[in-house]
Amino acid sequence: MSGDREEGAQLNALKRWAIAAGVLLLGRKRRRPLVAEPERLVEAGQPDPRAEWLVLALLLGAACAAAGFIAVYSFNHLEHQTQYLGLALGLAFALLGAALGVIGKRLVDDEEHEEEYPLPRHPEAEEEIAQLVQESGDRFTRKRLLLAGGGTAVGALGAALVVPALSLGPFLDTDPFYETPWRRGRRLVDEAGKPFLLDEIETETFYTAYADRASKEELGSPLVVVRFEPSQLHLPSQRRDWAPGGVVAYSKICTHAGCAVALYRKPTFPPVEPGPALVCPCHYSTFDPTRGGNVIFGPAGRPLPQLPLYVDPSGALRARGNFSGPVGPSWWGVRMRKPSTGPST
Amino acid sequence: MGRAHAQAEHGAVDVIRGVVRFVDERSGTAPFLKKALRYVFPDNWSFLLGEVALYSFVILVGTGIYLTLFFEPSTASTYYTGTYAPLHGHEMSVAYRSAVDLSFKVRAGLLMRQTHHWAADVFIAAIVLHMLRIFFTGAFRKPRDLTYYIGVTMLLLALLEGYLGYSLVDDLLSGMGLAIGYSVAMSIPFFGANLAALIWGGPFPGKPEFWSRMFVAHVFLLPVLIGTLLALHLFLVAARHHTQFRESRRTTEKTVVGIPAFPGYAPRSLALFCSVAAVLFLLGGLVQINPIWLWGPYHISQGTNGAQPDWYLGWLIGALRLVPNFDVTIGNYTLIPNPFWGGALFPLIVFAILYLTPSLERRFTGEYGFHHLLDRPRDAAWRTALGAALFAWVFVIFLAGASDRVFVSFGVSYQAQIWVYRVLVFALPVAALVVTRRWCLALQESDRIHRRRELAEAEARGELPQAE
Repeated sequence: MSGDREEGAQLNALKRWAIAAGVLLLGRKRRRPLVAEPERLVEAGQPDPRAEWLVLALLLGAACAAAGFIAVYSFNHLEHQTQYLGLALGLAFALLGAALGVIGKRLVDDEEHEEEYPLPRHPEAEEEIAQLVQESGDRFTRKRLLLAGGGTAVGALGAALVVPALSLGPFLDTDPFYETPWRRGRRLVDEAGKPFLLDEIETETFYTAYADRASKEELGSPLVVVRFEPSQLHLPSQRRDWAPGGVVAYSKICTHAGCAVALYRKPTFPPVEPGPALVCPCHYSTFDPTRGGNVIFGPAGRPLPQLPLYVDPSGALRARGNFSGPVGPSWWGVRMRKPSTGPST
Repeated sequence: MGRAHAQAEHGAVDVIRGVVRFVDERSGTAPFLKKALRYVFPDNWSFLLGEVALYSFVILVGTGIYLTLFFEPSTASTYYTGTYAPLHGHEMSVAYRSAVDLSFKVRAGLLMRQTHHWAADVFIAAIVLHMLRIFFTGAFRKPRDLTYYIGVTMLLLALLEGYLGYSLVDDLLSGMGLAIGYSVAMSIPFFGANLAALIWGGPFPGKPEFWSRMFVAHVFLLPVLIGTLLALHLFLVAARHHTQFRESRRTTEKTVVGIPAFPGYAPRSLALFCSVAAVLFLLGGLVQINPIWLWGPYHISQGTNGAQPDWYLGWLIGALRLVPNFDVTIGNYTLIPNPFWGGALFPLIVFAILYLTPSLERRFTGEYGFHHLLDRPRDAAWRTALGAALFAWVFVIFLAGASDRVFVSFGVSYQAQIWVYRVLVFALPVAALVVTRRWCLALQESDRIHRRRELAEAEARGELPQAE
C-alpha cells in the first residue's frame, strides 16, 4: 500500500517538474527579446559634457583640499594650524558637496514622480492579530486574577532591579546637606592658608575666606568677608556681636542656585544702585551685607547665611559658631534646622 | 564611443549585478531595496531642516569619538604644566587639564573640539527649526503624531546631552552650570534633595564618581538613546511617507509627488551632508567657541560676570532670572525653593504643551482623520496664533537670559531690564496671539479675493472655470 502511494507521489512530482521546466523554457524563449531591449526605468536625457567637466574639476579641488589638510596636519609647530586645518577640511567638504550638487541638478534625472501613499491601515491583519491574542487566552479561566498576579510579579521584579540604583548616593540621608566645616574657634584663612587679621581688612572691598584646615571645595567652606564702619551695620539684634570691628562674613554660595557670590556692588556699580550689595553673577540675586544678608533683588528665596565672628588675642578672625542658616541652594524643609559641623572636620 | 569603453561599461554593470545578487541571496531584500530607491521625496526647502539635524548628529558622533580618545573624566586634582603659559601652576582637575591639552597639545584636537561644540549648537538649532516647521504646517497630525512625539523626546535628550557635554570639561562655566543644575534638582518638591544626593553622590560638587556618571551618560547612554530614537523616527517617516504641500493638482491626500531617492535625491542629500560638514568644520577651524583656557578651572568659590551658556540653555537661564524672590513656605518650612519655577516647572510646561499638541488639536477641532497634505500656517489660524504665542513666550524668556550680557556690554540697568521682561512675558504672547490670528485671517481673505479675481478674469475671457 504504502509503496504504491510513494510511486504515485513520485510520478506526480515528475509531472510537476516537467511542467515547470516547460514553462521555464518557453518563458525564456519569449522573454529573450525583452532582455536585449529592457524598458527604461530612468528617463533618458541628454549628456552634459560641460557639467561633467565641472564635476571633475570640483572633485579634483576636493582632493587637493583634503591633501592640503594632510599636509597642514603633518607640519608641526605651524602657526594658526587649527585655522588652516578647518579651512582645508571645510573646503574639501564644500567642493565635494558642490560636485554632488551639480550631479544632482544636471547629470541625473531629477524629474518628479508620483507614488501612492501607503494604505492607511490593514483591517484584516489587525483583526487577525486581535483574534489571535483573544483565542490564545481562551484556556485561562481566571484572567483578571492572573493578570493581577503577573502585574505584581513584574512590578516587584522591576522594583528589585531598580533598588541597586540607590547605591548611587545617600538617598534617604540628607544630613550632609546641613553640614559645614565651621565651628567655634575655627580660623578664617585665605587661599594660601594665611589667617585673616582684623587690622588688615579694609573697607570698600571684599575678600574670599575659607575654613582653616578644611577642603576649599565644599559648599560650606567659602565666605565673603566685607568690612563696614560699625555705624553702617544694621544687623538683627541677636547678631549684634557677630561683626567685630564692622567685619561681616557670609557664605559665598548663593542660596538661589549655588553659584559663588562673586560680585561686590561697591564702588564699581553706578551710583543709582543704592548701597553696597553682594551680587551673584549667575542670576543677579542681590544681598544686603549690612542687614544680615537679606535679599534685596533677584530670585534668591532666603538670606545669605551669616557666620558669627570674633577676634582672637593675636588679632586673627575666628568663627564664633556655625552659620545662621543652611548653606547653598534650598530644598524641601531647608529652613527647619540649623547647620551642623561636619564629622570630617 | 570605442569598443573598449562599451566593454568597460558592461563590466561595471556586471559588477553591480553581482553585488545586488550577493545582497539579495543573503538577505532577500531586493524588492525592498528596489522600492526604497524609488521612494519619493517631496521638494521643499523646509524639509531639509530635519536632515541638517541628522547630519549634524553624524558629525557629533564622529568628532565625539575622537575626543573620547583623549579626554580623561577625572576630578583628581593636578597642577598645570602644559603649553598654555597663563595657566601654569594652577590647581585644576585632570578633566579640565586633559581638555586644555587636547586643545593645545593634540594636533587637530582643537579643530575637533570646536567642531564638536559648533555641531551641538547647530544640531539643536536644526531640531528646533524642524519642530517649528512641523508645528506650523500641522505635520504632527495623524498618522505622524508618533513620529512627532519621538522628535520632541529627541529634543529633550539633545538638550540634556549638550548640557552634560559642556559640563564635563570642568572649566569655570561648566561648574557654574552644574551648580545651577544641582540647585534645580534640589528644588524639586518633596524628594529634590534625595534626587540630588543620588545623582551627585552627596552635596555639591559631589563625589568623584559623579564625573564617571556624566561621562558615561554623555558618550554612551544618551547618544545610543538618541541614535535609537533617530532610527525609529526615520523608519516611521519612511513607513508613512513624507507630507507635502498642496502645490499642484497632482499632490493629493492619495498621491505623493517628489523626486525619487535614486538617482535624483541621493546626490542632493549627500551634497547637503557635505555642506553641513563643510560649515561645521569651517566654524570649528575659524570661529572660536568655548575657549576654556580663558575661563579657567572651576572652584566652587569662583564665579564670573556676564557668563553665558550655550544658546539652547538661554531659555532656562532667563526663566531663572525672571522669577521674583520667593520660596513657597509654611511658616519656617520650605516647600518649594525658587529655582523650581524657572528651572523645572517652566521647561516641564513647555514640553507638556509640545507633547499634548496633537491630542489637544484633535480634541478642539474634532479632526481625527489622516493628513498627508500640509497646512500653510495661514490655513489654521488658531494653531498658528497659539504656536506664535508659545514661541513668543519662550523667546522673550530666552532673551531675558542674556540681560546680564546686555548690562555688562551696554550698561543698560539690569533691574530695569528684568522688570521690562517680567511685563513682556505676559504681554508679548497675548500680542503675538492676536496679531498672528488677524494676520492669518487677512491672508486667507486675500487668497479668496485672489481666487475670485482669477475666476472672474477667466469668465471674462470666456473660459469655463475648471472643476476643482
